[in-house]
Amino acid sequence: MEPKIITINHGAGGRLMHEFIHDSIVAHLGNSKLDKMDDSSVLQNYPHKLPVLTTDSYVVHPVFFSGGDIGRLCVCGTVNDLAASGAEPLALTLSFILEEGFELEKLDKIIASIGKTAKEAGVEIVTGDTKVVEKGKGDGIFINTAGLGFVDPGVSISSHNTLPGDLVLVTGPLGNHEMALFKDRENMNFQYSVQSDVTPLNLKVKELLAHTRNIHTIKDPTRGGLASALTEIAQNSQVRIELEEEKIPVDKEVKAMCDLVGFDPLYLANEGKYIIVCPPEETPKVKAAFGSETTVIGQVEKGQPDLILNTASGGNRRLIMMENIQLPRIC
Amino acid sequence: MAESDKNKIKSLADAIRDLVDDTPITLMEVCGTHTMAIARYGIKSLLPASLDIVSGPGCPVCVTSAQDIQFAIDLANQKDCLVATFGDMIKVPGESSNLGSAQNVEVVYSPFDALEMARQNPGKEIVLLGLGFETTTPLIASLIKSAASSNLGNFSVLPMHKLVPPALKLLVADHDSKLDGFILPGHVSAITGTGYFEFLETAGIGGVVSGFTSLDIMESIYVLIADIIAGRTRVLNNYERVVRKNGNPKAFNLIWEVYEPEDSKWRGIGTIPASGLHIKDKYEDLDANCKFELKKREVEEPKGCICGEILMGRKKPKDCRHFGKTCTPLYPVGPCMVSSEGTCAAWYKYHKE
Repeated sequence: MEPKIITINHGAGGRLMHEFIHDSIVAHLGNSKLDKMDDSSVLQNYPHKLPVLTTDSYVVHPVFFSGGDIGRLCVCGTVNDLAASGAEPLALTLSFILEEGFELEKLDKIIASIGKTAKEAGVEIVTGDTKVVEKGKGDGIFINTAGLGFVDPGVSISSHNTLPGDLVLVTGPLGNHEMALFKDRENMNFQYSVQSDVTPLNLKVKELLAHTRNIHTIKDPTRGGLASALTEIAQNSQVRIELEEEKIPVDKEVKAMCDLVGFDPLYLANEGKYIIVCPPEETPKVKAAFGSETTVIGQVEKGQPDLILNTASGGNRRLIMMENIQLPRIC
Repeated sequence: MAESDKNKIKSLADAIRDLVDDTPITLMEVCGTHTMAIARYGIKSLLPASLDIVSGPGCPVCVTSAQDIQFAIDLANQKDCLVATFGDMIKVPGESSNLGSAQNVEVVYSPFDALEMARQNPGKEIVLLGLGFETTTPLIASLIKSAASSNLGNFSVLPMHKLVPPALKLLVADHDSKLDGFILPGHVSAITGTGYFEFLETAGIGGVVSGFTSLDIMESIYVLIADIIAGRTRVLNNYERVVRKNGNPKAFNLIWEVYEPEDSKWRGIGTIPASGLHIKDKYEDLDANCKFELKKREVEEPKGCICGEILMGRKKPKDCRHFGKTCTPLYPVGPCMVSSEGTCAAWYKYHKE
């Protein structure tokens, strides 16, 4: 039997589109707001909080990869962006751009994954859109999600808020997401196995903020990796950041694969890790919220904006923002 | 890194500083992996200011002439032709474009993937770019031998290989380079043996075969400096766990079964006698130079690019008017900015002031 595929009619507003929305989208993502199928959703307001808004598009290739898929990614990416401001995510929008010929079974799997991940993150998909482009005018599936969250006015977390004296933490080993994609894409016969770290982090941020509000910066080191994200923080906050190479956690499989193909793990993308900058006395709370893999990797000093890596060998060198991509279409 | 190794590195740094005692000394590494390792470990921050380490012509991508790259691009733009290459190569500019923008190019991670491509695409001519020094050449030589025995009619190699000693001889003879010693390539030496570099002793300049950890490199710098200060000229092996005096004769001889030396053009430097490799007549069916009617054409190197002088250790990337301005890893003008092992790329990433 031919696999059922997306046709131009699935995006045309007629019967096929309505069937698809009902059988697949509502079946996996349904909630009191989405089920109404109105043109827009009316949401709850939190008068004593501030609304936080973000958006992201997902073009990852391949769409199913070790440790995740584009569905899980499009929830985590947006939820993690909201939580990086200290916000509690409330609602996501979900827009598909599908290429004619994309298999419905795959799409259903992706939507199921979106539903499962949204539940994990405690966030609802409240409105969406589906467009279909002719065969050859897309690459299977592109997704956009926008996210709305609310933050307490007493919380101020930004890449501009890092201060001299702060410590820099990462919440776990780096590079797994990009390396997993690289391995899947290139069909490399590595004896190593590596999984993407794609995970929603908002509940951990919520737990952290329940114990302290004295957190200065949270940033997710996605494209460009740790080095690019920290360069941005150093510039935005006008501080000098010194990192200790030996303390930066990288799984040994990722390290070995980096050595083989010439990648630098400090520039690899992550989808389930945060860089957190806070005063020293707050680090136990960060570790309590984010788990035992959370590590202090450096400290913030007064001075010209700069990012310095003290190497394991006892030398030092400057880290700069990533210049050219190691791998395209990773998120 | 073990605490004991860290302490050793620290003691070596102190010992080097004492030995050098403000004497101006210039060492050259001639292996792209050393260029990267030195930059990555921050080795230069451990050394005294009067001790300079410059990068020589040790990156195979960087020394490939624009003419050879243009020929590969021309081949890749032919119908039914598919050029297989290592990733770094696709960004090096030829005459006006690069391989990445040519029509039929596939990046491979192992040369044996190219043979598999030939099996799977019987209607296409697969051309593997034969890149590298004495380290990778035996691998490609063995590939040529297995291709010959498998009678694959649609596979060939475009030889762009280079040999290390002819370039070192040129560097020693070049008075502007002012070199005091060489950090010699560990991987090349594993194949060729240390004896391959002993000609340096007669030429009056010493060297040390080094491994690639920070401790290896610091030790190598120390023993070489000690010789230079004491006025001794010899080739030392500080990578004994991998390198033997006679190397790996089986692998080394593979080169000479398939190839013979020929004069070769190095990017920015010019033609160096007997510094390249030509596929022997016995295997000419597998030589892309013989197989295609297309011929190499003269190509001018980019204006103002001083990659050649950088590779010769006469100048530093910061002396180049393109460096960091019109030449960046994203938009490279010269080849030293393209490969991650290139001197300019390493400078850009690790030393940018």
